[in-house]
Amino acid sequence: MFLTFPIMVIRVNPIEKIIEWRWNNLILVGAGSFLISMVWRYMIERKDYGTRKAEAGEKSDQPPLIQRVMKDKRIYTPFLIIVALFACIFPFVFSMYQTNILITALIYVMLGLGLNIVVGLAGLLDLGYVAFYAVGAYTYALLNYHFGLTFWMVLPIGAGMGTLFGILLGFPVLRLRGDYLAIVTLGFGEIIRLILENWNEFSFGPSGIAQISRPSFLGMDMSVHGAIIYMYYIMIALCLFTIFFVNRLQDSRIGRAWIALREDETACQAMGIDKAKTKLTAFALGATWAGMGGVLFAAKTTFVNPASFTIWESIIILCIVVLGGMGSIVGVIVGALILILLPEYLRAFSEYRMLAFGILLVITMVFRPGGIVSDVRRIYQFKGTAETKS
Amino acid sequence: MEPILKVQNLSMDFGGLRALNDLDLDVISGEIVALIGPNGAGKTTFFNCITGIYPPTEGDILITPPGKKTKRINGIKPNKVTERGLARTFQNIRLFPNMTVLENVMIGHHCRMRAGILGAILKDRSTIKEEERVVENSYQILEKIGLSDFVNEFAKNLPYGAQRRLEIARAMATDPFLLLLDEPAAGMNPHETEDLDKLIKQIRDKEGISILLIEHDMKLVMSLSDRIFVVDYGKKIAQGTPAEIKNNKAVIKAYLGEDIDA
Repeated sequence: MFLTFPIMVIRVNPIEKIIEWRWNNLILVGAGSFLISMVWRYMIERKDYGTRKAEAGEKSDQPPLIQRVMKDKRIYTPFLIIVALFACIFPFVFSMYQTNILITALIYVMLGLGLNIVVGLAGLLDLGYVAFYAVGAYTYALLNYHFGLTFWMVLPIGAGMGTLFGILLGFPVLRLRGDYLAIVTLGFGEIIRLILENWNEFSFGPSGIAQISRPSFLGMDMSVHGAIIYMYYIMIALCLFTIFFVNRLQDSRIGRAWIALREDETACQAMGIDKAKTKLTAFALGATWAGMGGVLFAAKTTFVNPASFTIWESIIILCIVVLGGMGSIVGVIVGALILILLPEYLRAFSEYRMLAFGILLVITMVFRPGGIVSDVRRIYQFKGTAETKS
Repeated sequence: MEPILKVQNLSMDFGGLRALNDLDLDVISGEIVALIGPNGAGKTTFFNCITGIYPPTEGDILITPPGKKTKRINGIKPNKVTERGLARTFQNIRLFPNMTVLENVMIGHHCRMRAGILGAILKDRSTIKEEERVVENSYQILEKIGLSDFVNEFAKNLPYGAQRRLEIARAMATDPFLLLLDEPAAGMNPHETEDLDKLIKQIRDKEGISILLIEHDMKLVMSLSDRIFVVDYGKKIAQGTPAEIKNNKAVIKAYLGEDIDA
């Protein structure tokens, strides 16, 4: 209230050299902050109550809503079918603009799931993830420009290039952890971007590469509209593939090793896990997905330039993972949809976008430190092991 | 009998500080050996040298797994040491807190498993079999240790004593021939310590795993050990059976200080 006082209440009128006192605003600010603090206190108290109950050993009879839905097959299966149907008919019901936005969101779902391997599972804070994305995008752009290679040929190559760069970056950073790792990866991301920006002969500098061909379907030429719909289905298929892939990995020997690495590096090594190898796999796999995402991005926009691969992209992808719930597939998908779709539909408030992101993150971290959807993986694990036992 | 672990002239320098000085130690198959000494004597450093966390400055660490040749394991990586059959626990509990109890033990099996990325994705028959075997095996270990009620609990939610035992279970899952326990009874009440006493004997007798432990609880040490090594300021000051150690002048001096009248 005191902080806002000079802005909200006093208004200097420089022309007439008088000071206007707007006492009405004072009341509004007062009431507003009172309300906000009430809600805040209430939420904090509810949270504390929850923790106290958990500490007292009482099993809360009602797990969080999302988990209840996830557990209950009767709700879960129809829900999944509805989502699937909706996804199938989406491009025919909604406009091209909407489809385009959703394609972008799906690319971010893929990127989020890829980064989730590195950050969420293996616990390696990677702030330069966008570098691999750029590598993928430029792989397609350059190969298409120079040699005319098509999308389907380049998709595996882009993924491979991602892997290669992931391993290249992985080697020097094997010894680092936590903050140091974050800074090195941040630097790596900037290096890639700066190279693309300044090495004119190679990457055509800031002006980028235009007229990249869209994915073709059995060599047919498609209208722009058809190409977008086709792109949309490619995205859906690849996302499903990614989900399948990550889901299988999570509960495998390698997935467990990643989580152990996140939890305690020393103990993990003492249990016979090769730290270097495990870290490298995580980095390489994460980068593979970024590389694929890059190829898709280049194919979708048909134009790449270094401005698309700034540090902000890395941060947004990281936000998707953190906000959605580290290590949780559903969480990352939800996070990606929220963070990518909301700004699109709230274009009117675009000036406040960063502010809203910040507030959203702070609120999530205070009330749900595990992300919007956390713990899902472990519930699944519970069931799996219980079944094996009985 | 050939010792399964033989440490010769082991020294470890941290810069100018000599933490371990010319230490000898050996463990014979089927033995429970205790390593004791006042705080800061270098016991944990000794463990860290053996398990590869620090490469020792001088000396040899030789292991002879049952039915295999003697090997020198100086300065190889911790995970390789574990692969060779030496498993350890930590002084301050280092479980994987956000994994379930079962998963913690399954991690212990990691170096005995073969499944790779492709196996995880394709879920071929050998991978599925391996997973099943590991789940089954982990559950059996937990049953032996007495933690089977907690299988699906998060490791961080276990009571303290159970966390200590889970560490032992996890180490046992790596299928070792020698178990290195770093203060397994630290922070336990007398009742829990008694259970631990039984458990350790049981591991030795039923599983045939030899044990080297660091411990401050003298009652436990005297009851468990076949032989005791005493270190102080990184040097070995005595070794022998519990009865011998009890009456050893040097040991009493290290623990209680010198008698003024003497």
